[in-house]
Amino acid sequence: MTTFTVPIDNGDSVRIAEEESQRTLYPYVTGTSIVAIKYKDGVLMASDMGGSYGSTLRYKNIERVKAIGKHSLLGASGEISDFQEILRYLDELTLNDNMWDDGNSLGPKEIHNYLTRVMYNRRNKFNPLWNTLVLGGVKNGKSYLGMVSMIGVSFEDDHVATGFGNHLARPILRDEWHADLSFEDGVKLLEKCMRVLLYRDRSAINKLQIAKITEEGVTVSQPYSLKTFWEFSSFHNPTAGAEGSW
Amino acid sequence: MSQSTVDVPPKGGFSFDLCKRNDMLTQKGLKAPSFLKTGTTIVGLIFKDGVILGADTRATEGPIVADKNCEKIHYMAPNIYCCGAGTAADTEAVTDMVSSQLRLHRYQTGRDSRVITALTLLKKHLFSYQGHVSAALVLGGVDITGPHLHTIYPHGSTDTLPFATMGSGSLAAMSVFEAKYKEGLTRDEGIKLVAESICSGIFNDLGSGSNVDICVITKGNKEYLRNYMEPNPRTYVSSKGYSFTKKTEVLLTKITPLLERVEITEVGEAMEE
Repeated sequence: MTTFTVPIDNGDSVRIAEEESQRTLYPYVTGTSIVAIKYKDGVLMASDMGGSYGSTLRYKNIERVKAIGKHSLLGASGEISDFQEILRYLDELTLNDNMWDDGNSLGPKEIHNYLTRVMYNRRNKFNPLWNTLVLGGVKNGKSYLGMVSMIGVSFEDDHVATGFGNHLARPILRDEWHADLSFEDGVKLLEKCMRVLLYRDRSAINKLQIAKITEEGVTVSQPYSLKTFWEFSSFHNPTAGAEGSW
Repeated sequence: MSQSTVDVPPKGGFSFDLCKRNDMLTQKGLKAPSFLKTGTTIVGLIFKDGVILGADTRATEGPIVADKNCEKIHYMAPNIYCCGAGTAADTEAVTDMVSSQLRLHRYQTGRDSRVITALTLLKKHLFSYQGHVSAALVLGGVDITGPHLHTIYPHGSTDTLPFATMGSGSLAAMSVFEAKYKEGLTRDEGIKLVAESICSGIFNDLGSGSNVDICVITKGNKEYLRNYMEPNPRTYVSSKGYSFTKKTEVLLTKITPLLERVEITEVGEAMEE
C-alpha cells in the first residue's frame, strides 16, 4: 500500500512519497526570457538561443520560437523538454484539425486557449509542464499576443516578456511601446530589451533570433548577435581615486 | 569543586549566544519575525561634474505602505550622501553611526571627509555582522580626489561603478540605465535620467512608490532636491470636506483641585546597633 504524504511546498520542489516519482519536480535544461510585442503588421518575438543546464551553458543552438500552423508563433522559456512535448501536442492538434478538411485553420486565440487548458490541468495534477509560453499570431487581419505560465495563469497584452524579461524588459516596453510601430522600430525596441537582458541576465547569450508573423506568414530571422559597449572609464579603472578598495 | 560563574561583560560586537536556540526553533517550525524593509528603488550615477543620487519615498511593512514620503537619502558629510535600501532601522542606524564617525574624524584631521573613508567604515561594520545588518547602500560624493560612486551590500562587499541601482526596484531602474546611460552627461541630462529610472522603479515595482528624491553633489556644492518629482499626487479630494458629528455640548465643568501636599515629619527611633 503506498502511503501518500501531503505535498509540502518547499520553494521550487515538491516532496512526495517515493513510489510516485513520475512528476516534474524541477527543471533541468532551461531557456531564459522571451520578449514579444505587437506592431503594425502583426507580432514580433525575440529570444536567444541558449539552453542552460543549471549554471552551465550547455546548448547554444536551441530554437525557442516555433511556427504553429499558418497563423501562430509559439515561444517558450523554461524546461526545453516540456516545450518539445508541447510542440508534439500542438502537432497532433493541428493534424486532427486538418483532417476535417473544411478550409478552417486554428488561429492564435484557439491555440492559446488550448494551451491554457493543458497547462492548468497539468498543474492541478501537481505535474506541471515547466514553461512560460508566449503565443503570438495574426488571423483575419487581427493580431493577437498572449502568455500562459506553468501554473495556468493566462492573459493577453500588447507586449509580454517571460522570466527575467518581466523585470528588465517590461519597464522599457511600458514606457516606449505604442500602437502601430513600424517593423524597424519594433526590431529596435526588441533589441534594446534584449541588450539589457544580455548585460544583466546570467543565463542570456549573445545569439538571438527575431521572429515575425504577419497575415502573409511566419519569418524567423537567422541568428545574430548584438553590439555591446564596455568602454566606460569607470570599468577600465574602477579604483582610481579609491586606492585599495574593490 | 567550586562552581563560580563570573559574569564577564560582552566585549562588543554581535553576540552569537542565541543562534543555536534560534536554529532549534526554526527546525521545530517556528517562523522568524520579518523585518520592516524599505522595498526600494535607489540609484546613483556619475555625470560630468559630480554625482547624482536618487531614491523613491515608500516604506513598506509587508503588504502595507508604512510611510508614503520617507527620506532614503541620508546625510553622511557635507560632500557625501548615502541612499539606503533594506531594513529601514538598519540603514538609518548604520548611516547615522558612520556620519558621526566621519564628523569626529574631520575634527581630528582638519580635512574634508573622503568617500572611501565612509566606504571603509561602512564595509567593515557590515562585514563584521555577517549580513545580519540588512543594509544595502548606494554611497556617493565628491571629495578632493574627485567624484565617487559605490554600492555596498549587506554582507560587506562593495563595487565602484559609473551607475548603480539597489533595492527591489533595482532591475526596473537598471534597465533604464543600461539602455540610456552615456559618459559625460550634463547636470540636467543626469537629473532627467535619474528621475526616469526612479519612476521606472516606482511604476513597475510594487515595493517602490510615491515621489522621487534627488541629490546632486558637485565640487564644493550640494543640492538636496526633496520631492523633486511627485508623479502620484492625490487626485481626488472630496468637495464635501470632512463633517464631524453634531456639535459637542458641554454638560458640566468641574474643577477638582489636587490634594494639598502634606509633609509628615515623624520622629523615628534611632537605629539599633
